Amino acid sequence: METVIAIEKVSFQYPNQTSFALQNISLHVEKGEWLAIVGHNGSGKSTLAKMLNGLHYPQTGNVTIGGLILSEENVWLIREKLGMVFQNPDNQFVGTTVQDDVAFGLENAGVEQAEMKERVLSALEKVGMAAFLNQEPHHLSGGQKQRVAIASVIALRPDIILLDEATSMLDPSGREEVMETIRELKEKEGLTVISITHDLEEAAKADRVIVLNEGNLYTEGTPREIFQMDKDLLKLGLGVPFSVQLSQLLADEGLLLTQRHFNEEELVREIWTLNFAK
Amino acid sequence: MMEKMILGRYLPADSVVHRMDPRAKLLFIFGFVLIVFLANNFFTYALLGVFTLIVILLARVKIQFLIAGLKPVIIIILFTFFLHVFFTKEGDILAQIGFLSIYKGGVIKGIFIALRFFLLILVTSLLTLTTPPISVTDGIESLFGPLKKVKVPVHELALMMSISLRFIPTLLDETDKIMKAQMARGADFTSGSLSNRVKAVIPLLVPLFVSAFKRAEELAVAMEARGYKGGEGRTKYRLLAWHMRDTLALLFLIGLAAALFALRS
Amino acid sequence: MDIKLREVEYRYAAGTPFERLAITEVSFDIPSGGYTAIIGHTGSGKSTVLQHLNVLLKPLKGEIQIGSRTIAAGRKEKNLKEIRRRVGIVFQFPEHQLFEETVEKDICFGPVNFGVSEGEAKERAREALALVGLPEHVLERSPFDLSGGQMRRVAVAGVLAMQPEVLVLDEPTAGLDPRGRHDMMEMFASLQKEKGMTCVLVTHSMEDAARYADRIVMMHKGRVYKTGTPCEIFSDGPDLTAIGLDVPETVRFQRLFEEKLGRPLGHLCLTPEELAREISRLRGES
Repeated sequence: METVIAIEKVSFQYPNQTSFALQNISLHVEKGEWLAIVGHNGSGKSTLAKMLNGLHYPQTGNVTIGGLILSEENVWLIREKLGMVFQNPDNQFVGTTVQDDVAFGLENAGVEQAEMKERVLSALEKVGMAAFLNQEPHHLSGGQKQRVAIASVIALRPDIILLDEATSMLDPSGREEVMETIRELKEKEGLTVISITHDLEEAAKADRVIVLNEGNLYTEGTPREIFQMDKDLLKLGLGVPFSVQLSQLLADEGLLLTQRHFNEEELVREIWTLNFAK
Repeated sequence: MMEKMILGRYLPADSVVHRMDPRAKLLFIFGFVLIVFLANNFFTYALLGVFTLIVILLARVKIQFLIAGLKPVIIIILFTFFLHVFFTKEGDILAQIGFLSIYKGGVIKGIFIALRFFLLILVTSLLTLTTPPISVTDGIESLFGPLKKVKVPVHELALMMSISLRFIPTLLDETDKIMKAQMARGADFTSGSLSNRVKAVIPLLVPLFVSAFKRAEELAVAMEARGYKGGEGRTKYRLLAWHMRDTLALLFLIGLAAALFALRS
Repeated sequence: MDIKLREVEYRYAAGTPFERLAITEVSFDIPSGGYTAIIGHTGSGKSTVLQHLNVLLKPLKGEIQIGSRTIAAGRKEKNLKEIRRRVGIVFQFPEHQLFEETVEKDICFGPVNFGVSEGEAKERAREALALVGLPEHVLERSPFDLSGGQMRRVAVAGVLAMQPEVLVLDEPTAGLDPRGRHDMMEMFASLQKEKGMTCVLVTHSMEDAARYADRIVMMHKGRVYKTGTPCEIFSDGPDLTAIGLDVPETVRFQRLFEEKLGRPLGHLCLTPEELAREISRLRGES
């Protein structure tokens, strides 16, 4: 496996703050994987997101993205490799219409007009927004705006897409719509996805989950592994997916279960075989 | 409250006027603003009126909407009208109310000035009604392009303009929301003495500013993340195309100017 | 204080080319002391309905009874302050309405506008802050120095300090992390249960609607699609999905389990706790 992001012993402290926002964090991201970084508000996950895009620089340690060590000299090269979708759908919509917004990054990159037309259209097709070319942002739903933001990123053909709480301001259908888009892109385009989130349904879709707490790397594992520690997660201010929560409640009621189930069918089956079928 | 305003709003449709090059429209408006001042008698104003009507019809904008949308401006127009009625002392005296005397010349002048104002606003709001704001910006950027040579930051100004335009509806929505939220907490924006009303806007303005700054900050970050580092080396997505109709429109305007010259007294 | 809507219609930008019908023929009751949830897809008219509950919007047709006052279309209404004091609204992202130099002043803004003395308002600020679970020393701080979650709590305290009889909540937990979400919903529920406050919750979360509400109003395309108890509403899954809403997770799981079991459970469980108990009881029986 090819490592696309390597974070080595990174620490960061905001000015006038006594505690570290990030403390001695090391982690790697492999090409083509979907990594979820979870943590409650103030766990350091936003600081980490900002660091991956050169908005902050580590005070100690190194961040390597696509073979380049993050520094002020090559931050623009790094931004070409890593595209970001932010939290607030309105505050990242630069263009006056959908197509202008997608074109904005291409204009910055100095792409020829004819090629731009093509790339705008194909990016919008990939996120299912091609029918909205001339729509103005205030006529779009939050989910649609976020899909346009995703199109703006993929039009620039980065290797990695970073979602910084990109679904937290959306309604359930918007969230669903954005996650589905990302899942498709990851599959078809082989994108590496990093999603920073406190939405557990979102984290559950990832290949690997990293839990941050108070600037430290608390634990990491597959979603299934992570959600086994349901009570610890609750202590960290995080929730757990429904079937995990129900597994816990059933176990408290004295039902026999082998694990915290991650999948509803699985849980039903096990309730049945261990407790009802005789 | 502001939803009826049409000043500065774009009404998508397909008409000759909609399809015109924004540069042509801008030049046209600029020219129109100048030649409106040529009108000084009944015939010239009538000609201007007919001309404006033709443009409105060509733009396929319903006249009722225009009038309804211009209501807020009508107060200003009436104000200028009365200003002239009361303070211009020309011609015969028509009426005497106390120390105020109304002259015939004043009434005529008032009507003309109000009409001039009205026509100007009609035609300029036609520009925004028929042109997406971004095209207006593109037009301005292109027309002022030569100024780049003398170090005028034309690109930055155009970008600022287009971003402001982009955020106007967002901020209007936000104003409405915050206003309602404060009204729900008992704030009163519509009654009370002047000083009370000025005080009453603070709960509206502070949150608006806070949010506008936050938006600006986040937008700047998002722009940087998408590789924005100034106008250098940037290409343009929107290309403007000048057609025959644009040339014709300007010729039409020159014709009007000539006619006004001939007819003015 | 009961609120009754009768055939209410509202249009945005009425009489302009931008006119848009928001709600029409909306009739339902909000009984005093109850917990009513209004659910529906984005754009279903929920938020428009909500703004009628304290007459921030006046109906263009129909009428609304708020306690003993009747607000009817086409009439000039004076003195709406009394209604707004009695019906408090917590808007979506209420932290955006904070403006004062200190948390205390901001919380006092509402009460003072409604004619409460300064001393009393400060007393209420203290109480409201405790209700939302913030320590008293926060009172002297600037609301803009607080974290997002704390700002949200302060904004909610600002509405609670008005001591409204009806508390209207528009997606009060949007954007909060799971713990913040849970704490806030529990607080509203206890206000309703212990202080007899009438709660109206506008939400996308079917789980919250199922757990907390005793009455549900389903909105769809500007109309009331259906009203009923949570059991009535959530037992009809296909009907929910037809208008783009989810079935609560608990109900979905119950259905899955019933399929395996080959027969329905005695009743519809609305919370995971209830479902776990029910399954455990069944096991005891079998």
